[in-house]
Amino acid sequence: MEKGRKIRVLIAKPGLDSHDRGAKVVARALRDAGMEIIYTGLRQTPEQIAETALQEDVDVIGLSILSGAHKTLFPRIMKLLKEQDLTDVMVFAGGIIPQEDMAEMKKLGIKEIFGPGTTTETIIRYVKENLPKRS
Amino acid sequence: MTKAEEIINGVLAGNRRSIAKAITIIENNEPEAHELIAKIYPHTGKAHMIGITGAGGAGKSTLIEKLVKEYRRRGKTVGVVAVDPTSPFSGGAFLGDRIRMQELSADRDVFIRSMATRNYAGGIAKATKDAARILDAAGKAIVIVETVGAGQSEVEIIKVAQTIVVVHAPGLGDEIQAIKAGIMEIADIFVVNKADRENANKAVMDIQANLQMNNKENPWKPSVLKTIALTGEGIPELIEKIEEHRRFLEGNLEGRRTSLRLKAETELVEAIREKVTSSLIEELKKEGKFDQLIHEIMEKKTDPASAARRLLKKVANDEA
Repeated sequence: MEKGRKIRVLIAKPGLDSHDRGAKVVARALRDAGMEIIYTGLRQTPEQIAETALQEDVDVIGLSILSGAHKTLFPRIMKLLKEQDLTDVMVFAGGIIPQEDMAEMKKLGIKEIFGPGTTTETIIRYVKENLPKRS
Repeated sequence: MTKAEEIINGVLAGNRRSIAKAITIIENNEPEAHELIAKIYPHTGKAHMIGITGAGGAGKSTLIEKLVKEYRRRGKTVGVVAVDPTSPFSGGAFLGDRIRMQELSADRDVFIRSMATRNYAGGIAKATKDAARILDAAGKAIVIVETVGAGQSEVEIIKVAQTIVVVHAPGLGDEIQAIKAGIMEIADIFVVNKADRENANKAVMDIQANLQMNNKENPWKPSVLKTIALTGEGIPELIEKIEEHRRFLEGNLEGRRTSLRLKAETELVEAIREKVTSSLIEELKKEGKFDQLIHEIMEKKTDPASAARRLLKKVANDEA
């Protein structure tokens, strides 16, 4: 990591989840690990997430979802990211995503899925080790 | 075309991806940063730059969202640079200003960038100013820079603005005295937000009393407005006051020239200081003298100021 460069992470809550405790725990942990976290709050649409990722020129997007709407929302998000030419951004997901859906989500381009019980250390280490090379 | 040229062209065309990349380059002080600033600088000076500062919890972000919406209603494009502090311990930052500006993400004529101070002591001022200039060069009619008015750096940041708005809210636990003296002197408009709270009127009177004591020569008399950002109350009046200040600035050619001259001078001196310091220190480190003096300071054989004098005398002697 070049001097002066920080890892910028967007923590996004797509859909209609009513709380963001988990997302905030991850956000704080990543911040304490030296990263810059952009958190945009609850009820984000795929359009808002893609636009924010573009403007903030993030390295990583963490999608947090509890409502089970991942099969509807994640494909739309990944499609918008592709349209905006943001394919070099690393996307991971967390929250309540059933085991049987994980392969399908990964095929969309989501690099890793962190289910309940994942330690923040695991996520921090994963982000640092898999940071995409920026052009 | 070089990477920098591609991005510069994109910025001047208002391309959002180019704007984002350009801000990243200057934020990280990448090699293309100098060329980027040099090429976009001639295209700056068109936007009305508004600085919004005040203690955390005053409601700045909510206020900004309402301001932006109102400006959009009037057909203006807007850029926002929201600055938040970097933790001195972890080096990380939680940039949450966008939470209060959610609805704006759907509007492609509003560009919002969150920046962390990164503890560059003064350097953040340059990065933020350059980010604001990129948005200016990209054609935004209004550029809003938001900071927490807590440290000296934040006072520096806000000086990029032509109109400085200080936002206060009653019951934050701090008194008007908490508005840093530096900010008090350069503010053009004061806002008491959350004006539905108790003590709002007292806050207004306290600020007015403070203003009586300041700067009687200034032809612009700062006023104190009341707003309730959550409901939007007082926002049209605030915009009117900002516009009034803009017209005042345009009409006051003499004052504007003086102010621009002062800004240019300050920035030039700062740029010279930065170049001289970094190249000098690099030179001194090469010769090993630097490390030796560090040890002497740690062993209390000399103090930093004397060490600096010795080092600089040595450089002068080497030149002779």
